[in-house]
Amino acid sequence: MWDYTDKVKEHFMNPRNVGEIENPDGVAEVGSIACGDALKLTFKLDENKKIVDARFKTFGCASAIASASAMTEMIKGKTIEEAMKITNQDIADYLGGLPAEKMHCSVLGQEALEKAIENYKGAASPKKEGQIVCECFGVTDKEIEHAVRENHLTSVEEVTNYTKAGGGCKKCHEKIQGLIDAIYAKPVPEAEPAAKPKLTNLQKIRMIEETIDREIRPSLKHDGGDIDLVDVVGNRVLVATRGACAVCQASQLTLKGFVQTKLRELVSPELVVEEVPQ
Amino acid sequence: MKTIYLDNNATTRVAPEVLAEMTPYFSEFYGNPSSMHSFGGQVAKKLAEARAKVAALIGADPDEIIFTSCGTESDNTAIHSALAVNPDKRHIITSRVEHPAVKVLCEHLAEKDYRITTLDVDSDGKLDMDQYKKSLSADTVVVSLMWANNETGVIFPVEEAAQLAHERGILFHTDAVQAVGKVPIDMKANSIDMLSLSGHKLHAPKGIGVLYLRKGTKFSSFLVGGHQEKGRRGGTENTPSIVGLGKACELAARNMTTENTRVKALRDRLEGELLKRISHSKVNGGGALRLPNTTNISFEFIEGESILLLMDGHGICASSGSACTSGSLQPSHVLRAMGVPYTMAHGSVRFSLSVYNTNEEIDFIIEKLPPIIERLRGMSPYWNAEGATCTPAS
Repeated sequence: MWDYTDKVKEHFMNPRNVGEIENPDGVAEVGSIACGDALKLTFKLDENKKIVDARFKTFGCASAIASASAMTEMIKGKTIEEAMKITNQDIADYLGGLPAEKMHCSVLGQEALEKAIENYKGAASPKKEGQIVCECFGVTDKEIEHAVRENHLTSVEEVTNYTKAGGGCKKCHEKIQGLIDAIYAKPVPEAEPAAKPKLTNLQKIRMIEETIDREIRPSLKHDGGDIDLVDVVGNRVLVATRGACAVCQASQLTLKGFVQTKLRELVSPELVVEEVPQ
Repeated sequence: MKTIYLDNNATTRVAPEVLAEMTPYFSEFYGNPSSMHSFGGQVAKKLAEARAKVAALIGADPDEIIFTSCGTESDNTAIHSALAVNPDKRHIITSRVEHPAVKVLCEHLAEKDYRITTLDVDSDGKLDMDQYKKSLSADTVVVSLMWANNETGVIFPVEEAAQLAHERGILFHTDAVQAVGKVPIDMKANSIDMLSLSGHKLHAPKGIGVLYLRKGTKFSSFLVGGHQEKGRRGGTENTPSIVGLGKACELAARNMTTENTRVKALRDRLEGELLKRISHSKVNGGGALRLPNTTNISFEFIEGESILLLMDGHGICASSGSACTSGSLQPSHVLRAMGVPYTMAHGSVRFSLSVYNTNEEIDFIIEKLPPIIERLRGMSPYWNAEGATCTPAS
């Protein structure tokens, strides 16, 4: 028997927001009956562009139902921009954690949310990006890469737990390992780093924002912290710390050792990170 | 809350009579049956009695009974022995629906240069006998086919299959863990060489199994050590459990008629009423000869773990072939081998009864399950007020 938290059990026994909204602003269907879990999400916005209602229907196990219930609760009252920031780990955390083998349920919830937002924004057809790696469950390289980066996965088994990829015939295990290896491989240093083009201020700010979003924030969130970009003045990157970081003694080390190193590596070697109160 | 236990193919309650028989052999008669003193010797005598009772249940000679630690050990011993005594042959025949104790072992052997034929089953779980006949060859060393399937209860014609193997000088093993005690077995009337059984499936404790080895069959030990079991299985005998298994076999022989009349009637009523009350439901293996105690029902468009947990809320214990209950991501290999569509396979529930189940318990399940199914379907994206919204391909 699975070791579900009381919160998972409670959301399974009394799921919130079951159903379907008529004429929704955003809609998405993810998963499939063949895969063993599927989720349909609909949401409606109010005049302030905040999510006023969200409903789901799920085919799946207790943790799939609980994850969908939790996710709909989490997004209500949020703007699209705020909802987009919700990660699968946030959903799992909201439920007090999920068994490792069930993390894919939180990923399914996050995917539904992402696709429903894409649908609202009028993004192109919801067909999957990237190349299929796992034939059994139809998982693409892009989806695997996303799960690996977002959740710091390091083994094929973990990838299977989060995405189901590799959980069927196992033929794709080598490919999955290859994707993991590629993500963690040290970037091969260029012979002449001077080749980097000079950035305009706007480009620099954009790249700093992207790097924080993609590379830095997920790691901090993993430890219960967060970081906001306040301003960029020349090469000075002004940030404010949030959550656990704001009260953490080691946050200065994190800022210099991790945040600054990442930004120097991926944006510009001249950057200096500074914390500002806010 | 009262526990309503319909998961007897997973394990059974130790019968009170069995426990009573075992208890003195923990603290009172704890001697080693191999000892020279009469304190140990009295235990050896009791073991001989137990051996005779086990033999009697399956129509065997007591010398043909080797006590092991579980069904899995018996299966491993049988197949490894067959390979060891026939070192020149490399072909094994088994089926797609075997218990992991045989299935995974064969997968391992495939990596060691054995050629494995895994026989198909039809949509009712029946064995493809034509394929079987064609696959028997001069290189075949052993055939291992289960007597009855643990998930569906479907019974294989193992006696006929054993005869066909024997005519070609091929050893035949059957995993009869689910069949022993539920259907009559007479080893004198067939030509099966090796048979596995497990105590905890017939109201004896966990941790005791048997390998039946037909007299005259060449044998190679799996556990090598002392002279126990006539040198065929080393290790000090699990005396309380062997005594318990003896008693359990005696009870099983006595309950055989009940199993096939009263228990079967309970099963049939449960199955019939659930099918009647719940649309889009189907018995897996319903068209085949089955064990009297097992029913495997698929409820379309919903997922098994959710059904089990909601039943658990009422104290009802059953199993499912859904992917989510196993921790693997694929639904039951048995249902997939039968070609059960995914819409059905994920929502399968196995009820397995015993002589301890009552009419009232069956009534309770018949009352509680339909609203559970309805509730989950109400949450399913494949279902709306009018019923199924899709008929996905398998």
